[in-house]
Amino acid sequence: MNDKENFLTQIKLLGKSLVLFSAVIVSICAFILYLVLNPNADIFKATPEISETSSIDTTSTAEISSFEGEIKNGIHVPTGFVEDDGLEAVINNCTNCHSAKLVTQNRMSKENWLATIRWMQETQNLWDLGDDEPLILDYLATNYAPKEKGRRANLEIEDWYELKQ
Amino acid sequence: MDRRKFLGNTLLTSAALAGGGSLVYAHLMPEGYVPLMAQDPNPFEMFNKNKEMVVLNDKPWNIESLAHLLNDNVTPNSAMFIRNNGLIPENIDVDSWKLTIDGESVEKPKSYSLAELKNKFPQHTYQLVLECGGNGRKEFNPPAKGNQWGLGAVHCAKWTGVRLKDVLEDVGIKGDAVYIGYHSADIHLSRSPDKEPISRGCPIEKALQDETLLAFKMNDEDIPLAHGYPLRLVAGGWPASVSGKWLHTISVRNKVHDGAKMIGTSYRVPCKPVAPGEKVADEDMCIIESMPVKSLITYPKTGAVLKMGETLSINGHAWAGELEVEKMEYSIDFGATWKECQLKKPVNRLSWQQFSAQVNFPEKGYYEVWAKATDSKGESQPMVLPGWNPKGYLNNACHRIAIKVS
Repeated sequence: MNDKENFLTQIKLLGKSLVLFSAVIVSICAFILYLVLNPNADIFKATPEISETSSIDTTSTAEISSFEGEIKNGIHVPTGFVEDDGLEAVINNCTNCHSAKLVTQNRMSKENWLATIRWMQETQNLWDLGDDEPLILDYLATNYAPKEKGRRANLEIEDWYELKQ
Repeated sequence: MDRRKFLGNTLLTSAALAGGGSLVYAHLMPEGYVPLMAQDPNPFEMFNKNKEMVVLNDKPWNIESLAHLLNDNVTPNSAMFIRNNGLIPENIDVDSWKLTIDGESVEKPKSYSLAELKNKFPQHTYQLVLECGGNGRKEFNPPAKGNQWGLGAVHCAKWTGVRLKDVLEDVGIKGDAVYIGYHSADIHLSRSPDKEPISRGCPIEKALQDETLLAFKMNDEDIPLAHGYPLRLVAGGWPASVSGKWLHTISVRNKVHDGAKMIGTSYRVPCKPVAPGEKVADEDMCIIESMPVKSLITYPKTGAVLKMGETLSINGHAWAGELEVEKMEYSIDFGATWKECQLKKPVNRLSWQQFSAQVNFPEKGYYEVWAKATDSKGESQPMVLPGWNPKGYLNNACHRIAIKVS
């Protein structure tokens, strides 16, 4: 092995070390960033998440507490909301003042959901929804749209019972 | 959802939430701990309600009754619906509680302690129907915004208090008084101290009726907190929102009261009939006053199965706002024929009235028993939904129960 080859091998080795070193530094930085943004993080759980998603995964505790909860049969269990795009924005913006039940028991067209948002902004101290507004509107208009009910519906009986008079 | 987009959104909302400081010291909370404010309270225990009642909304609390739970002549607290526009007041001190009468049309504002109200004026007791203006909203088509009440937002409890007219006379009101407006201790959902959740009222004529009370007892006991403890304005026969809970001020106005939920479209219907779904301008909406004629079959519960040949005893209540119910009928053939029920007189004006009937079925099969009340002006309940209105008020369509004869 001559000096030139030896030099090249050493350069390659140095290059590889540099890449490895950088990777370690980036990982540590990402990890520290994660800890700063998420002080309640479980270190052992957090590490693989970092390597998987880099520093984007910085869900804060406040956020977790408002959105965590089981999704069962397409329904977010703690709120009763339908699982769909915009669920998170709806939870964060629509359940601070009133219960999710006020949303889920209503059925409105997109136009009327928007009118309701405007009414809340004008009279009930609702904030500007910013970029979330179209997302929230689509979510509501898609999942809570009116159904034709006619002028009188059939009676629905959950349990028939034998009457003892 | 795309995970990256989701996480990106999460990052933004986290930052937004962090800025708003929504949960201070959240990171110190043990994992899995649910903050006290978010714990699920048991409303049935908290408010002493029947467990069959339906929670429509838990912030603010809105809970409705069912027809068969309302069978008592005097509605007990356990079956009374709860309707709130805001949050129930916290820390009520009855010893320092004051009722103030003010407004443009009083000679001079005056305040009374609860003890003064009780001792200074004669006390009266009436059974009074309070029905939510939006009772039955659930059935409107197209649907109307708000709590989707079924049948159970009505009750007729026994209220004890002093007459508002006696107190207004003591204060001295001017000749230009046209309306009263109440102010209450409940808290706006946004928790803004500058906002009232609701501040409604009624024309001075209604305020001066004998039965319009400043009540401090319900069914011979202190009024339950959810129903207005320690003082409630009670104006029977009108939308229950006129009967302000947690009352601390009555303003005597020289114009129609303009408090929260008096203006815009709240508790208003189109002055002229409109087609279903039609847009109605605010200025074409008129304030609801007396509630329309209505009735409920409170026995038996819907879904009863009988043996062929058995006679069914039905009973229930009927009411008609400011008017009296004059006739009560039932039908087992979807209105093709009607038979008359026995109907009692009200125990006092603005109370509901009891009806009963013995019903025979000609053959086996599925039936619906429909009930129809007619008021002293000859107006009856419609079998289909009454005129559509944007906010879904005043649904007084006939109540019916399902019966099978086997």
